[in-house]
Amino acid sequence: MSTPTKFVPQATPETQPYWDGTAARELRIQQCVPEQHTFFYPRTSCPTCGTEEVKWVTASGRARLHTYVISHRPAPGFTPPYVIAVVELEEGPRMMTNLVGIDPDPDLLELDMDLVVDFEARGEDISVPVFRPTGSKEAA
Amino acid sequence: MSDVVIMGAAETDQLGKLPDISTLELHLQSARSALRDAGLGIEDIDGIASVSAPGPVTIAHALGITPSWVDTTSVGGASFLFHVRHAVAAIRAGQANAVLITHGESGRSRVGAPPWAMAKDSLSGQFEFPFGVLGPPTTFSLPVMRFLKETGTTIEQLAEVAVAQRRWSSQNPRAMFQEEVSVQDVLDSRPVASPLTLLMCCLVTDGGGALVVTSREFAESRGTDHPLVSVLGTGECATTPMISQMADMTRCEQFEVSSRHALQEARLTTDDIDHLMIYDAFAHVPLFGLEDMGFVGRGEAGAFVADGHTSPGGSLPMNTNGGGLSYTHTGMYGMFAIQEAVRQLRGEAAAQVPDVSTSLVLGNGGMFMSAATLVLGNAAAA
Repeated sequence: MSTPTKFVPQATPETQPYWDGTAARELRIQQCVPEQHTFFYPRTSCPTCGTEEVKWVTASGRARLHTYVISHRPAPGFTPPYVIAVVELEEGPRMMTNLVGIDPDPDLLELDMDLVVDFEARGEDISVPVFRPTGSKEAA
Repeated sequence: MSDVVIMGAAETDQLGKLPDISTLELHLQSARSALRDAGLGIEDIDGIASVSAPGPVTIAHALGITPSWVDTTSVGGASFLFHVRHAVAAIRAGQANAVLITHGESGRSRVGAPPWAMAKDSLSGQFEFPFGVLGPPTTFSLPVMRFLKETGTTIEQLAEVAVAQRRWSSQNPRAMFQEEVSVQDVLDSRPVASPLTLLMCCLVTDGGGALVVTSREFAESRGTDHPLVSVLGTGECATTPMISQMADMTRCEQFEVSSRHALQEARLTTDDIDHLMIYDAFAHVPLFGLEDMGFVGRGEAGAFVADGHTSPGGSLPMNTNGGGLSYTHTGMYGMFAIQEAVRQLRGEAAAQVPDVSTSLVLGNGGMFMSAATLVLGNAAAA
């Protein structure tokens, strides 16, 4: 019997640089050239000023816990309870993620706690960004 | 501007678990009942609106209607409020005379229902689905912790939303859950996506509803057995397809924008509203709605509900059918919020509030993705 595996995302031509980044353990976000507006998710124009002149930058990987839920529902590949979170990157944008390296215990999960990015392999070629408390042990 | 009215309104005969009725049939049964309610026939309808599946073309054809005005706005559970707004504009512009708006959803039994879209290369597929989210309970719930922290709302106050709505549903024989509950019952129910427990989450049911919208002039020329309900003002707004990208996770911009536009058009303020429906997929959504629409100040909604203001006998009766938490929730609940407002304004509700002349309906679509507001009134509002 095969074990159900976690959802594997698939890149589009426009988001491919992001997924190339995570595969290389880099979190790439975008910035517009004229005004340096930083944004996530990947797009071909700046959602703040509309310019199509946008470039990829590598985020520091530092973030803070913006909000979360502890899911008690069985999702493929996940063992409940597990933490679904929204983190705020040091550069400003927010993203959905999972927390690793910390128990799913409300007493431990303090909003705005410092986190750092890690990467979790999904299948052969894809990795997704997950976050762990700063100073906690990196995933093997 | 000419007055546009809701002339016919009806829900499916039954709500809840209906494994013997398909999604399409839930639309059709609702449509025929709404036409009967309006005293109209299929030959009177020239406009049709519904969400994309099964879609207005399928519904119109099955009923025997050839529409010359079609709206397929499909932006989640608020879509039917968008349809009312668009129908009002079409009727005023002379593009349609009588518009039929239908909802039917086999949300629980999934009979003839569209499959869940889980495309791996969609935005959600790339940036949300990989993190173990399983539909609304694990995504719509995400803003709660931030909202509690920034507004000072307590988890007990959040539970009070579910408690208040059971007080209403206990008076409604059509409600799926009618037994009153305590704050402790709500907090002690099974954790779903902590801090949300089962009783803070909506039902999953089968059912449908439909509306007939037309000009007052036409409705009065035909006559009707039920009081006409005027559409006094409408508003709509959409923001993000992914809840993780909300600009501010403690405020819903589209609640503010759509309600402001609707109240401005109606030339009313929140003080003028007698009865309120706020789409309650989860217990926190009415708290956002009360604050973002300005019925209460920032951080005041939890105490407002806990103090009983939205309960039977309170100053602002809210979700008087029991809401998505206790009455019914097929998946796209907005139609049922409109139906209850119409019943209250007609004086036909199960838990009738005395002296209702105005009602505001706030519909949410997706996970804080879109919203529309309707301000409705009866003859006493004129």
